[in-house]
Amino acid sequence: MKAPRFEYVRPTRLEDAIGFLARHGGDAKAIAGGQSLVPMMAFRLAAPRLLVDIGRIPGLNGIAVDDDGIRLGALVRWRDIERSAELQRAHPLLVEAVRHVAHYQIRNRGTVGGSLAHADPAAEMPGIAVTCDAQIVVVGPRGRRIIAAAEFFAAALSTTLAADELIIEVQLPPWRDNRRWAFEEFARRRGDFALAGVALFYDGGADGTATNIHIGAIGVGDTPVRLTAAESAVEAKRITASIIRDAGAAAAASVKPADDIHAPGEYRRALLGVLTERALARAAGLALREDA
Amino acid sequence: MTAVRNVYIGQEIERTEDFRFLTGRGTFVDDYEPTGLLHAAILRSSVAHGRIRKIDASAAIKMAGVHAVITAADIGEKIPTIPIRLAPIKGLERYLQPVIATEKVRYVGEPIAVVLAETRAIAEDATAEIELEIETLAPVPDWRVAETDSTLLVEQNGTNVATRYAVGSGDADAAFAIADYTRREFFHAHRHTAVPMETRGLVAEWDAANERLVVTGATKVTFFNRRALAAMMQMPESAIDFIEIDVGGGFGVRGEFYPEDFLIPFAARMTRRPVKWIEDRTEHLQAANHSREIDCELEIACRHDGTILALRGRIHGDMGAYTRTNSGVVPAKAAQFLHGPYRIPAVKFDVAAYMTSKTPIGTYRAPGRFEANFFRERLIDMAARDLNIDPVEFRRKNLIATNEMPYSIGKLVPYENESAYDSGDYHVALEKCLAAFGWQEKKNLQGRNIDGRYHGLAVTCFVESGGAGPRENVRMLLERDGRVTVAIGSSVLGQGLETVFAQIAADALELPFEAFRVLHGSTTLLDEGFGTYHSRAVVMGGSAILDGAKNLLSAIRAAASLQFNCRADEVSIDGGKAKGPDGRTLTFAALAAAAGPISANGTFANAQRTFSYGAHAAHVAVDARTGHVAVLDYVAVEDVGRAINPALVHGQTLGAVVQGLGGVFLDHLIYDANAQLLNASLADYLLPTATDFPHIRGVTLELHRSPSNPLGAKGAGEGGMVAVAATAANAVAAALSSFGVQPNDLPLSPPRIWQLLRDAASGRQRAP
Ligand SMILES: Cc1cc2nc3c(=O)[nH]c(=O)nc-3n(C[C@H](O)[C@H](O)[C@H](O)COP(=O)(O)OP(=O)(O)OC[C@H]3O[C@@H](n4cnc5c(N)ncnc54)[C@H](O)[C@@H]3O)c2cc1C
Repeated sequence: MKAPRFEYVRPTRLEDAIGFLARHGGDAKAIAGGQSLVPMMAFRLAAPRLLVDIGRIPGLNGIAVDDDGIRLGALVRWRDIERSAELQRAHPLLVEAVRHVAHYQIRNRGTVGGSLAHADPAAEMPGIAVTCDAQIVVVGPRGRRIIAAAEFFAAALSTTLAADELIIEVQLPPWRDNRRWAFEEFARRRGDFALAGVALFYDGGADGTATNIHIGAIGVGDTPVRLTAAESAVEAKRITASIIRDAGAAAAASVKPADDIHAPGEYRRALLGVLTERALARAAGLALREDA
Repeated sequence: MTAVRNVYIGQEIERTEDFRFLTGRGTFVDDYEPTGLLHAAILRSSVAHGRIRKIDASAAIKMAGVHAVITAADIGEKIPTIPIRLAPIKGLERYLQPVIATEKVRYVGEPIAVVLAETRAIAEDATAEIELEIETLAPVPDWRVAETDSTLLVEQNGTNVATRYAVGSGDADAAFAIADYTRREFFHAHRHTAVPMETRGLVAEWDAANERLVVTGATKVTFFNRRALAAMMQMPESAIDFIEIDVGGGFGVRGEFYPEDFLIPFAARMTRRPVKWIEDRTEHLQAANHSREIDCELEIACRHDGTILALRGRIHGDMGAYTRTNSGVVPAKAAQFLHGPYRIPAVKFDVAAYMTSKTPIGTYRAPGRFEANFFRERLIDMAARDLNIDPVEFRRKNLIATNEMPYSIGKLVPYENESAYDSGDYHVALEKCLAAFGWQEKKNLQGRNIDGRYHGLAVTCFVESGGAGPRENVRMLLERDGRVTVAIGSSVLGQGLETVFAQIAADALELPFEAFRVLHGSTTLLDEGFGTYHSRAVVMGGSAILDGAKNLLSAIRAAASLQFNCRADEVSIDGGKAKGPDGRTLTFAALAAAAGPISANGTFANAQRTFSYGAHAAHVAVDARTGHVAVLDYVAVEDVGRAINPALVHGQTLGAVVQGLGGVFLDHLIYDANAQLLNASLADYLLPTATDFPHIRGVTLELHRSPSNPLGAKGAGEGGMVAVAATAANAVAAALSSFGVQPNDLPLSPPRIWQLLRDAASGRQRAP
């Protein structure tokens, strides 16, 4: 469980980092917090010849909130998000989701950009990005482009990012005042990757109807997904116990998770239904009757 | 027995080891870096069952930094096999493990080659360059397939059934024929194992000039292992030293003799360089003993009033691919401990052990007991429910009474004599558990759904053996400075024995605790030692210290008599001073300064086991929609006879309960249908962490000392574990009783519980 041999560079300019990646093609990899890449190397599931440490590139660790929304630099760490009073106001759903990431030690190091690029299907940040229609800003030798989160995740551990591109920022649309939200996930132990998770928000009208509903899920497919069928069950309706049941059923029916060592697909699917119900009830401030 | 003053025994003395550990000064095997070290990496089979067609290491050996590659061909004509240490059940000896694969591989993880290189990373690089051709053969993924003998793991044996035997007492079949009530159930305890924090590891150093070998990182049963290695390497035992340094946990798996315990010393002799091997976690999951995988068909016969008349059943042990040093313990003890703490007039158990193409089985804390108690206590709760008897009353009715002690359970183990429970008040232990738990107050929660979580309670009873013989030895040395060095044959794997042994010695010699230094485990200390397993260290080692102390005091008297010019029996001893008949006194330090260091040996031999006993209770809440179980309260009560250091016994209890709950809910070695092991790291082999089971209480009782040793101590390391599956599973069953769910298969993972509920619901729908 020792990594194969590699070289290491730590450029201080973005262009240099991109230059290294471009020159070494698929043999080079960026390293940010190292919390996913280093274990992969130790297990010899990844064997980059060159590690390009992007940790000293200035300007990538900012958190900015304005009328246009929220911008998180690629090097923003989980702990930065957890501890940000500004984000607690500006995007409580993001903060709540990030609290579920891994363990304290890992949250001290893991980064937003690393998580998006790593694209674990059960990871929280990609789930939030997809649920909230985030835009991912990337830079490469051919310049800068913006990729919608919905287009970014290609498959498990695979994205539409080119080997010589770096994520520099993720942008989340602005949060509204009358917004209701919830994040629910189920993991075997605290800090484990979730067996399934649900992030959702909607805008509550004065008459109690939910509009602009966004429901996203992690852990139930190759990539994070929007649960559009569940969204339809809720959009423009008053949230009641029966709407909640419908949405849960629609959520479960819309996914087909595979079996793996942690759980059969059928279980994850049923779990997603339960989590969707619980998240909706929590957002709406309703108590669910739960028998079995 | 000398009357021992009681100053330190029974006190919650802080562990002397802790300062060293907490300040980062522990020395574990990987901390040991002799110069000239080569690092070993082992190429292991990725195929469950196959025939080796080709091993070609020529490319690997040419790599920069690679020093040598060892395969079976380098070891010689005859490949040594690993001997049985415990449980020599007839038949098992036909499946001993060769130290390296030759013609066939029989489990994923079996060693095929050893690479020696300047760094571990280079050695790992080189294992990938060894050209290997294995013709895959049909796997033998479980005992049912094994039993058919359609594919044989060891062809010349003609069968995969390693052993079958029957044990019993009384006439169980007759009792079943006339019983008012009988019930039969199938249970499954799943494969999981100890996974100590520190993996295995060794440094072997060959002294070519003197043809001596030193093996550092040894533990548990160093003397036995040295003997085994000496035979395999055809060296005199006295030319090998096994050195025990700090060890980060054992729980049964660490310190047994494994293939690497031959391969690494062999590599050191071959290369004439020190060789280090540190097992990584992936290797550990494949290579260290697995445990617990037992299927049981169990049947109970009772009167209407709940009196148990008989118990009979079958144990099916999945042994994995080879018999290792203690494999037979697992099925044998799973049968023996079915009897439990109850008065059962007749029992009959058929035991079978099967070879499968999986990692070999060995002991893990509470071997066989964790399983047996789960099987029996589950069945008892079902029987009580069927008979409409309160499960607590049912147990009260059947528990063995104090006046029945010693209580013989007959000869339930083929390689042991008849066993008898030594002493105890099983009823009081149960009542104390109920009281500590608050059974009366909590009772009304039974089966209730509160906010979507179903609450369940259970209490179970157990007995547990400890203190295996035959002997333990100690050497005690009064040094010139008045301090005493205690060198003992027991091994220390992190339990705090340095502290406990010093407490016992300090009381026996009437010296301050701080005057003692405890050395342990290494073969350089004594002629013979027996090590640490079966909760034996305090019972056997501690008792040996009493004998050693008595002998040391005699030696001190003899030495003092020369100084005082009197007879030895005229010397009296009081508080670290020797006093002559004329009133002259000499402190031990002054005496040793004058007369030189004074030493004495001690030994304790005993074939009688101790039987601790107790009860566990649990309160769980089950989320019936996700299958998650929260353990809201857990109480473990055990009578250990005598707690030398109650804080350490308490720690053992809490640790064992957590480890047991891990075994119930989390730990699981998962194989696919091709006998591929799917767990590769601690991300998929789930151990309990600090936040998973925070509500655990331990109650240590000292009601009945063991009559079989002078300390009166009983084993105390495993009682916290033995009844955990029994208790937790019964509590889950109680929580879900309105669904008629019977959790008889471990582990109780969320998907498993969810599936049980789903099956129960669809069964309900199908019913008219
Ligand atoms: C025990 C454990 C438990 C965990 N549990 C969770 C969990 O519950 N939820 C969760 O979401 N995560 C979990 N993680 C993963 C953790 O959050 C990682 O930190 C995160 O996924 C990756 O971030 P990083 O900065 O460490 O990336 P690194 O490990 O440094 O890199 C990961 C990948 O991203 C690429 N990369 C990094 N930065 C960029 C960039 N700016 N642009 C382009 N590519 C980049 C790297 O080349 C690499 O391929 C866990 C990790 C561990 C070790």
